[in-house]
Amino acid sequence: MRAKPLFLTIAHRLAILAYIAFALFPLYWLLKVAVTPNDLLYSEGIRLWPSHASLEHFDFVLRHSAFPVFFRNSLIVSGSTAVIVTILASLSGYALSRFNFRGKYWLVALMLLTQMFPLVMLVAPIFKILSPLGLTNSLTGLVIVYTAFNVPFATFLMQSFFDGIPKDLEEAAMIDGATQFVAFRQIILPLTLPGIAATLGFVFTAAWSELLFSLMLISGNDQATFPVGLLSFVSKFSVDFGQMMAAGVLALIPACLFFLLIQRYLVQGLTAGAVKG
Amino acid sequence: MASIDIANIQKSYGIHPVLHDVDLKIGDGEFVVLVGPSGCGKSTLLRMIAGLESVTSGEIRIAGRRVNELAPKDRDIAMVFQSYALYPHMSVAKNMSYSLRLRKTAKEKIASIVSSAAAKLGLDPLLERRPRALSGGQRQRVAMGRAIVREPKAFLFDEPLSNLDARLREQMRAEIKKLHKDLGATSIYVTHDQIEAMTLADRIVAMNGGFVQQVGSPLDLYDRPANLFVAGFIGSPGMNFFEGTYLNGTAPRFETEGGVVIPAQPHPALTDGARATLGIRPEHVEIGAEAPDALKATVDLVEPTGFGIILHLSFGRSGFKAFTNDRRFLNASGSLPVRLPVERLHFFNAAGNRV
Ligand SMILES: Nc1ncnc2c1ncn2[C@@H]1O[C@H](COP(=O)(O)OP(=O)(O)O)[C@@H](O)[C@H]1O
Ligand SMILES: [Mg+2]
Repeated sequence: MRAKPLFLTIAHRLAILAYIAFALFPLYWLLKVAVTPNDLLYSEGIRLWPSHASLEHFDFVLRHSAFPVFFRNSLIVSGSTAVIVTILASLSGYALSRFNFRGKYWLVALMLLTQMFPLVMLVAPIFKILSPLGLTNSLTGLVIVYTAFNVPFATFLMQSFFDGIPKDLEEAAMIDGATQFVAFRQIILPLTLPGIAATLGFVFTAAWSELLFSLMLISGNDQATFPVGLLSFVSKFSVDFGQMMAAGVLALIPACLFFLLIQRYLVQGLTAGAVKG
Repeated sequence: MASIDIANIQKSYGIHPVLHDVDLKIGDGEFVVLVGPSGCGKSTLLRMIAGLESVTSGEIRIAGRRVNELAPKDRDIAMVFQSYALYPHMSVAKNMSYSLRLRKTAKEKIASIVSSAAAKLGLDPLLERRPRALSGGQRQRVAMGRAIVREPKAFLFDEPLSNLDARLREQMRAEIKKLHKDLGATSIYVTHDQIEAMTLADRIVAMNGGFVQQVGSPLDLYDRPANLFVAGFIGSPGMNFFEGTYLNGTAPRFETEGGVVIPAQPHPALTDGARATLGIRPEHVEIGAEAPDALKATVDLVEPTGFGIILHLSFGRSGFKAFTNDRRFLNASGSLPVRLPVERLHFFNAAGNRV
């Protein structure tokens, strides 16, 4: 390969740097405000780092606000949604990828259709459905709604991962003595780990940051998830930016941890070596 | 080990028929090769025997037992795929033992079976590797190993060598043959390569367009091809064909469309003046023979192969090939006397069938 001219390399790096700075700046600002003591927030003008940083907002948020409850609720809702959706999507994605059955075309069309409506249109009917079932103001209700909304897209996502795995593999397993389900579990699923990780991550973050339904279906602090909780830092007369940002920083932690855990599956092509020479 | 009976098998995908009335009896321990061009339905037939495709109509029996409705895992057959289909997340040893583990075979027994199969295939040093760390030839061996650990009723091979380079293909071909000699297992082998078919088979099943064209020993197919398709498919370089008319009488002969008259033996199945095709293999064309019945052919091209020489010749506008080991012809040019021995001629009627 010919070496690229130096200035092209530099231009390339600069472009990437500019993009990263642009994308990460809001996060940086979040952190900056979170560590700025209240008395400096409005007095110092605009500067990149406060003259004196403190963790007082974090301390307050963790010890004196309802934030830990929001956080726990969010973890429960997002975690359960991610797990349930991924299990359902693995099964349905596998079916779409491998089986031909009557009505398959219509099923796919229907699933696409569900993705076409703005969610706002559905809030009222869903509230109407859930309320007699006692599922409003409950985490279970939220999990059900999120699951319903995420399954179609997650199914397509999983289907594309299954499509990438040669059919020969499970046929070989079936000839080796496995049933279709055992072949799915022992051969196909382990190879789909990257796909499963991607789906888990996608659904988890979607549920983690969902505001609309959480706001509409939940009233009161006990069952609120953290996006709704963030709003509680907005009072009638002022916004407590420092605390709000500190809560925001804390809320980033699980998402980051989650991606750290799964990133090794996201970048790895596990199927290498299955076929051909 | 077992016999396999295929009775009046048909297969359609929707309204598209891909196999028509295939009827085949494969004996215990026999090595049968299904050969034919790509898309003729060989894999489909093999996969129906394996249970990976449903049977549209007809019956398949393995060891006398109807298996049409049986799942692949209950048919007790092993299969080697063209893509090898190794499990990428398992080591070579785990790949080979997967079927045994599914059958809950005892650990010690698995270990001894795997190590003896690995020894047979020269895989000992590779047992702990993952498939992606193997070369194509090694992957092919693992695929074979996975099949032989089980001592199944029959082995099915779907173009197992077509992803290997030519040298390795030759070597593995011989190894498969040796393995079959050792194990004596009933084997069905699919290939589009007529050399593989000729060298490996006890019996060849030549297929085209979803129809079985001829079943017989390799030399049967070479010496007495049942129709134009088989005649053209088996042998390399391929058989020469001339279209023309068969003329009976005191001196039976064949007149090509270009007006060349070739002496022939009497053929009771052909009437005087019947349209026919004459075939002769390049290696049976005699060149340079100054005989009274010699014909004059023009030399168009000389292709040395090392082992011999392929001469591209022509009678007027109809080209044909001759194969010879005689190096005198390396510099052949102009025209050559050519003889087509009567006992080497194949005749096919207007429908393309041997007469
Ligand atoms: N799943 C399928 N659906 C429709 N047609 C198929 C399918 N599988 C194979 N065919 C058709 O059946 C014919 C035979 O295929 P195959 O048995 O794979 O041929 P080959 O002799 O090359 O192994 C081909 O024309 C192919 O297009
Ligand atoms: Mg094929």
